[in-house]
Amino acid sequence: MKNQFLVYLLRRILIMIPTLLVISILVFIVIELPPGDYVTSYVQALKARGVEIREEQLEALRMRFGLDQPFPVRYGKWIWGFVRGDLGVSYTYGEPVTKLIMDRIPFTIMISVITILFTWVMAIPIGILSAVKKYSFWDYSLTLIGFIGLSIPNFFLAILLMYLGFKYFGVSIGGLFSREFLFAPWSWAKFVDLLSHLWVPVVVIGTAGTASMIRVLRASLLDELSKDYVRTARSKGLSESRVILVHPLRVAINPLISTVGWLLPTVISGEVITSQVLSIPTTGPLLLGALLNQDMYLAGSFLMVLSVLTVVGTLISDILLAWLDPRITYS
Amino acid sequence: MAKKKKEYGLSQWTLMRRRFFKHKLAIIALVILGIFYVAALFSQFISPYNPARRFSGNVYSPPTLIRFSDASGFSFRPFIYERKMELDPDTWQRIYVDDTDKRHYINLFVRGDKYKFLGLFETDLHLFGTTGKQPVFLFGTDSLGRDLFSRVLYGSTISLTIGLVGVFLSLIIGVILGSISGLLGGIVDNVIQRLIEILMSIPQIPLWMALSAALPPYWPMLRVYFGITIILSVLGWTGVARVVRGKFLSLREEEFVLASRTFGAGQWWIITRHLIPSFLSYLIVQITLSIPGMILGETALSFLGLGLRSPAISWGVLLQESQNIRSIALHPWLMIPGIFVIVVVLGFNFLGDGLRDAADPYTKS
Repeated sequence: MKNQFLVYLLRRILIMIPTLLVISILVFIVIELPPGDYVTSYVQALKARGVEIREEQLEALRMRFGLDQPFPVRYGKWIWGFVRGDLGVSYTYGEPVTKLIMDRIPFTIMISVITILFTWVMAIPIGILSAVKKYSFWDYSLTLIGFIGLSIPNFFLAILLMYLGFKYFGVSIGGLFSREFLFAPWSWAKFVDLLSHLWVPVVVIGTAGTASMIRVLRASLLDELSKDYVRTARSKGLSESRVILVHPLRVAINPLISTVGWLLPTVISGEVITSQVLSIPTTGPLLLGALLNQDMYLAGSFLMVLSVLTVVGTLISDILLAWLDPRITYS
Repeated sequence: MAKKKKEYGLSQWTLMRRRFFKHKLAIIALVILGIFYVAALFSQFISPYNPARRFSGNVYSPPTLIRFSDASGFSFRPFIYERKMELDPDTWQRIYVDDTDKRHYINLFVRGDKYKFLGLFETDLHLFGTTGKQPVFLFGTDSLGRDLFSRVLYGSTISLTIGLVGVFLSLIIGVILGSISGLLGGIVDNVIQRLIEILMSIPQIPLWMALSAALPPYWPMLRVYFGITIILSVLGWTGVARVVRGKFLSLREEEFVLASRTFGAGQWWIITRHLIPSFLSYLIVQITLSIPGMILGETALSFLGLGLRSPAISWGVLLQESQNIRSIALHPWLMIPGIFVIVVVLGFNFLGDGLRDAADPYTKS
């Protein structure tokens, strides 16, 4: 059994490699899509700042990125740099791309993980309530709220919360830290300050996922509750809470874990756009800045890193599912 | 029992329609969406002003309240007060003061800005407007003094159609690739399925953002519009392809298909006569439920400045004005286009939900 699990694990990790390879090719195509190459955009950016650049420097740049070579070679250079962690220099920010990404990624991961936890913490009790008390007042109102949550664009919810916070509490709820803690070393007070800011993006990003997860859980729990073993459990005289929580819930919760596969891309998508509105120092605003400036190498690297995060996250959730659900055979 | 017997003679579509009409929320959604689309079609006529017209004395004017009565009594004709702009001596903010002595009546079918109705003929007739020089701003005005109500209406033509065109494109790609995948099987099926999985694992919005940033900035509006729809369908077709493939695989094992085959029916006959009608309803559900994602996608892209750009008007473009917290704190009516986005997306979600229940032959009625 243990051996089987290890084989499964290994195979899943091996499958990941071609997946990432295909994604990287797609991302590189996106990088190369805009008219003109990296160097032309770079020169334009420099000219806008009034800096003249010598022809030899241009040639050196073209050599560095292999712009005079065919597509496969350019791709090879880029992906090899990606693997080694050398992604060149962003002309928009004048810093190495790797450093820019490393500064931002921790916050992206933090917000994504917390959002997914929030989604579960909210969705599981609400889903149970909706299923157990189906067609009740609570079920209908929660369903309605869920639908509204699904329909409100992330950025608009962020704007709305900012507006309400500003109007009724006179506080600006953007960012991750208050001004006095922005450059302060880590302390308990700074941590508390972080928490008091963090809930806004988490709620904004998590709402849509929570809403759809409630619906999934409600449907699968309703399926389970109509099965024979539940009736058996009831006729044995078990208390209602035991009847629901012990067996059907465990079965019904499995789809939730497997939904991480699609939850993660949505969370990261939502994170990008919400961070822009709330000015949170994650990858989102930097990605947007890079795109607006046509700094495609930086943008492409972000896209690649975000995709790697998603694929790895999905892998973790699949492993978790295989570990939790004994019915899954490792084939 | 008698009622059940009566149902035997009904066609699948009649049964579906019956089940659908029991879904109250879906009906309401259908009606509201219908009104929105009709309003979008007649946006030039319904909007009182040209959306680009700047009322220079009315920058950031709050929504006008239409009144039927005031201190001097009730009036059957709705009216508004004349509005004057003043500067707050302390903050230098614009404030608008209503002059309750000067009434301006709202009239139906007034002459106003010229437009070419649906590109067919030129006219200057508008559904409503005011007499006199005080313009009516149902939703207020923006930073350039343009009427937000007219802009929301004009924007609806883009925001409401971009999802439909995008879904249509996804449908074509999805049906072709899905049926190839389901019919041929083997390596082709494997490759297409892996491709779908990979596309689904890329975070949608960052990819959309990157693709739309690649659209050349000098493109005319119409090309950008179609560029955006293509970008939205790059990921949108995967859901359709999955439904089509899954249905092909499960249906071709069904007995009625086998029966048809034993009677000598060809592949084409089976596909067009048996397979497609059997999964058409699922396909309709799938595409209805993918329209909201596309509307939200366009709104988000335009909001970020990567999608449609001014002077093009879409709800996302209009919401760009609400990016600044100080601006919306002072002028909250700039958020109105967002409410329209929510209502439309909510409508499509309810409609799709109702259609799904109706299309599923196993739902208990």
